[in-house]
Parts: sequence; structure tokens; C-alpha cells
Amino acid sequence: MASEYDHPSYEELTGNFSWSIAEKELEYNPGDIINIGWYCSDRICMKGKADKIALFYEGFGGIEKKYTFNDIRLAGNTIGTFLRKLGITDGDRVCLFMDRIPELYLSFLGILKTGAIVQPLFSAFGEESLFIRLENAGTRAIMTQKKHLSKVRKIRSKLPLLEFVIIVDAMKPGDLDKGEILFSLDQADPVDKFDIFPSVAETPSVLHYTSGTTGQPKGVKHVHYSIISQYLTTKWVLDIRDDDIYWCTADPGWVTGTSYGIIGPWSLGATQCVLDTGFTAQAWYKFIEKHRITVWYSAPTTIRSLMKAGDEAVREFDLSSLRHLASVGEPLNSEAVIWSERVFGKPFHDTFWQTETGSIMITNFPGMKIKPGSMGKPFPGIKGTVLDPVTYAPISEPGRAGLIAFRPGWPAMMRTYWQNEEKYREKFVNGWYLSGDRSTIDNEGYFWFIGRDDDVINTGGHLVSPFEVESALLEHPAIAESAVTSRPDEINMEVVKAFITLKPGFTPGPDLELDIMNFIRRKLSPLAMPQAVEFMDMLPKTRSGKIMRRLLHAREWGEEIGDISTLEND
Amino acid sequence: MEDTNLNEMKDLVLNYVTKEYIDDDDIRITYDTPLISSGYVDSFSMVSLLVFLENKFKIKIPPSKATPEAFDSVNSIVALVNQYLSK
Repeated sequence: MASEYDHPSYEELTGNFSWSIAEKELEYNPGDIINIGWYCSDRICMKGKADKIALFYEGFGGIEKKYTFNDIRLAGNTIGTFLRKLGITDGDRVCLFMDRIPELYLSFLGILKTGAIVQPLFSAFGEESLFIRLENAGTRAIMTQKKHLSKVRKIRSKLPLLEFVIIVDAMKPGDLDKGEILFSLDQADPVDKFDIFPSVAETPSVLHYTSGTTGQPKGVKHVHYSIISQYLTTKWVLDIRDDDIYWCTADPGWVTGTSYGIIGPWSLGATQCVLDTGFTAQAWYKFIEKHRITVWYSAPTTIRSLMKAGDEAVREFDLSSLRHLASVGEPLNSEAVIWSERVFGKPFHDTFWQTETGSIMITNFPGMKIKPGSMGKPFPGIKGTVLDPVTYAPISEPGRAGLIAFRPGWPAMMRTYWQNEEKYREKFVNGWYLSGDRSTIDNEGYFWFIGRDDDVINTGGHLVSPFEVESALLEHPAIAESAVTSRPDEINMEVVKAFITLKPGFTPGPDLELDIMNFIRRKLSPLAMPQAVEFMDMLPKTRSGKIMRRLLHAREWGEEIGDISTLEND
Repeated sequence: MEDTNLNEMKDLVLNYVTKEYIDDDDIRITYDTPLISSGYVDSFSMVSLLVFLENKFKIKIPPSKATPEAFDSVNSIVALVNQYLSK
């Protein structure tokens, strides 16, 4: 049967797959220099696309900017030159702490061209979240905006390794503190020739942070060779072609925003759009209509928010340009797939992967039969399975739940957790990488998501550590003890809920609840903010004094509580 | 809160939004400034704004009415609050 897609069928590709397909297309030979910054700009210009639009940007207040591939090549060189003059060199960590402004995307390339490691952080992070990640990475420079500078200033004195704070937008020089530098890309002289760092396959490229159940966030180290996976998965799964206009709605503070919001599309020489405003259904539909977007990669939370806005909102706009839709971040429920087929005339294709995997692992591959609600099948070349949680042996019986695991070896796999090799090694058992998620596999090889295998909360596609929130809660003057779990949420799948006991002299009430919510929002991030706070006389604990978080979780989700024989205060 | 006049309500909400969500001292928001579509208040933070309104005005706003559009400016927020104050 003729396919509407450019590539062979899933079965054909799976039967005859090698990552050398991507290497050949990118003209890379093992041992060659491989620099993501060069591949995403200089190489595209050399291929005759210097004048093609690389980025359409639209910000709040109708601000619009556009950049060709030659523009982003020059911008990367200019930023790289500026950083090198400061003394930034290969291996240094340079943090990007910005909204989705063009400088974020262009600095990403510039940093990589110098050989330094990019550390993107979500700009809504509060000062504590920012501090933990900068301290762990030993970050040498941070590039930010004036609007986020106050958070950096509050923690600067505790970060002796942070030498440079670079502000990329307007500010009066007299308002700068020591070590703060203004850099305006618009006013800098464009640099045509730049000595790009000769990185090789295993040279570190990007350091993204992710949360676990216990301990502090972990820095996931990626390397320049990751582009091999990111290029091919973008081409095949997101089905981006030369004439496409692509929109990845993810923020580059998270891995989707770099793997598929920068590296994937630009290594293909694709035109992409960025909308840096808050979410409303009308604004998003208008953006698609205006830019004639053809390929859209978004998240279930957004899709459910669009569903909530109603079908009428869709009909107000001409969205006929849309050709291919995909989703990532959390399981895409079947209702959302069916809804999208009804209103857009095409389904969202769910994809599954993680910060650690660096590229798409399981997907509803274009052209493959979609089973609404399923995660799909492993990308060609990826060996995925579910493991028995006790023996860690692969489960062959269809429909039996197990741990999602992959055989390591794909190019974008993380190389370690930053300064935490022990945690990294714990992710592997019997030669399998353990994702931390659970699923079943049906008799046709489709994966069906069940949930996390730990207490990490996936809210709106972002992981939140209950440990991190519990620790932060204890710094609130009224709180004696805390336990954090998730509760179901129609839009975000799950959200943070806090259970607390108060110190003597404090009284539970709605004002204190709001104060606690805002305390965490400012300290950690809006994602980590408890959307509900329950005051308790005492928290459920084992006889040894450990808080039984699972009991609170089960209550929130209406699940069986299970064995409570060790419960102290029953 | 029935005696609270409209401008006092608007100022109350405006001051709260400025204090809690605007980090940059140079940014001055007005009754009409878009809050959600501008990105000043994100969808997660909207929940804390909702709790503030419910606490302050002793009302309950149904989740279906707490939309990004309804929360997109001080004016629209106060209009929403007024619907529930009068009930």
C-alpha cells in the first residue's frame, strides 16, 4: 500500500536498521569532528539553505523576529566569540536561564560552538531550584534576562564558581552588580568566521536536570553524538520535510525543547516557529493559522486544555495547514487522540522518551496503525521490553505489567549523571536501562503506559521530586512535618498535593494554605507548588518513624491501601 | 465583601498580582494588562491566584469558569468575581 510518508514502513525499517543511516545522511564518519552548533547552522548554509528561514519568533505584544540559517550561523559565532573573550572554554558549564526568546535558541548554538556545555534551566524556576542546579553543575556563567536577574542575585554569593552573569536584554549599565555583564546580540558586530571547537562524538554537549524520588535533582550529561538519534527521530517520527513549518511547543528548559525544539529540526534544515506568550487556545490556534504550521509537536496537558476550550474555538480558525501531529511528556489518553482526529482531521501521535534517553524511544510511528491510548512501539533500532520487577527478566506474556527497559547503545543515551556515577549505575540491571516507568505490551507489540515505578510526580509532562518539595516545605516557619504525593488532575494528569502538620502556635486555615503554596512556588517553581494543602494532626508513619507516603497516595487515587501492618498511628 | 467598591477590588487584585507574580520592578501592570497570554502568570500559578480570590472574597469559583481567558486581566478577574459575589 502506498504510504503518505517519505520513509519506508515501520516493519521495513525495523528489519534493516542501523544508526549509520543517520551518519551517512549527516556525512559523519566515526572519529570525525562532530559539533551540534555547526551541524545546526554552518552545515545547513553549506547545503545551500543559508537564506532559508530557520526561526520565526513571536513574543508578547506582537513582537516578531525572523532569522535565516545564515543569521543563526552568525549569531552562534557572535555569541561564541563573546563567551570566548570572557575566557569560557571547552567543558565549562554555561547556563541558559531565559524565556523562549531568540537569544535562548541562538546562545544554545553559540555555547556549543565554543566547546562549553549548555545547561538549560526553566526560567520559572525559583531561587532554590536554580541554586541547587547551578551549584551541582559548578556553572561558570549564566545567561539570563533582566526580569529573572533578581533570582540570580539572591543566590550569587553562595555560588563561588559562578563568575559571569550575562544579561541579554536592555538594562542600564549603572544598575549592574559586580560580575554582571550586558550583552546585546542586536548591537554586537556579527562574526562571520569562528574557530568552532573540534568536539568529537563523546564530547559533552548538554546538561539537563531531572528529578528523582530521593536526593537532589540529577544532571543528565549528553554528548555531541546525540545528534545522530535526534536527527533521525525528527525526520522519521515527526516526519519533518524540507517545506514544512514546524512548531515544538516545549520550553528548551526541558529536554524536548532542545532535542526537538533546536537540534532535531535545525540539523534537518527545517523552519521552525516559537511562540513566547502564555497559553490560551485562541492564541495558539491563531499562531498555527498565521504561520501555516504543518508539523506540531505538543504535550497532552496542552491538548487537554485545548479540548476544554471546546470545538467551537477550533472552528474559528483555518488550521488546514496541519499535516502531522505528535505529543510527548505524559501518556496521551485515547479521548485526546479521538478528539484530535475529529477536530483536526488527524490524530496526535504519542511518543515516549525521557531526559535520560535524549531521543524518542517508543512511538506511534507515522504510517503504523494507531491504537488510541497506546504509547506505540519502539523506534527502529531500539530494543525495548518490560521486565519482571523482581527478577528483571523480560516478560513475554502479553498484557502483564512490568518495568519499561531498553538495551543501551543508541546515540542520544545519557553518558552519566553529573557527579553522581553511582546513581547512574543504579539505572542499569542485567544490561537493561531501567526507565522508571511501568507498562504492559499487547500481543501486537504495542506498549500501554501504567505509571511511574517510583514516587516521582509527572505533572503536565514535567517531573517533580516529592523529596525536593517536602524538604522545601520544612523551611516554612509554620510547618513541622510534610509529606508530598500526587493527586489526579483532569488537565495535568497529576498535580502536587502536600500533607502537613503544623508547629505549635500555628492554626490551619485557607490563608496559611495560600501562603504555603506561594512559598513553594517562589522557592522551587510553579510546577512544584502544591495545588492543595491538607492539614493533619499527624502524618501516617511506620513504627520506625518513616512517613508512609504510599498510603496518602493510595487515598488520593482511590486505590487499595495495601499492607499497613507497620503503621504506627492506626 | 459586598460593600467593597469596584476600584478597591481591582486594586486589591492588582497589588496581589504585582507582589506575587511580577519579579521585575520596572514592569507596571494595569487593570487591562494581559496576565496569562503575556506569560506573567502561568497555568500552574493560576491555581494560587484562584485560591487567593476565593479566600479574599469568600466565594467559590467552579473549575470550569477558572479559564485562562477569565483570568487574563485584572478587569476580567474582577468581573468573574463579581458574578459570584452577587450570588
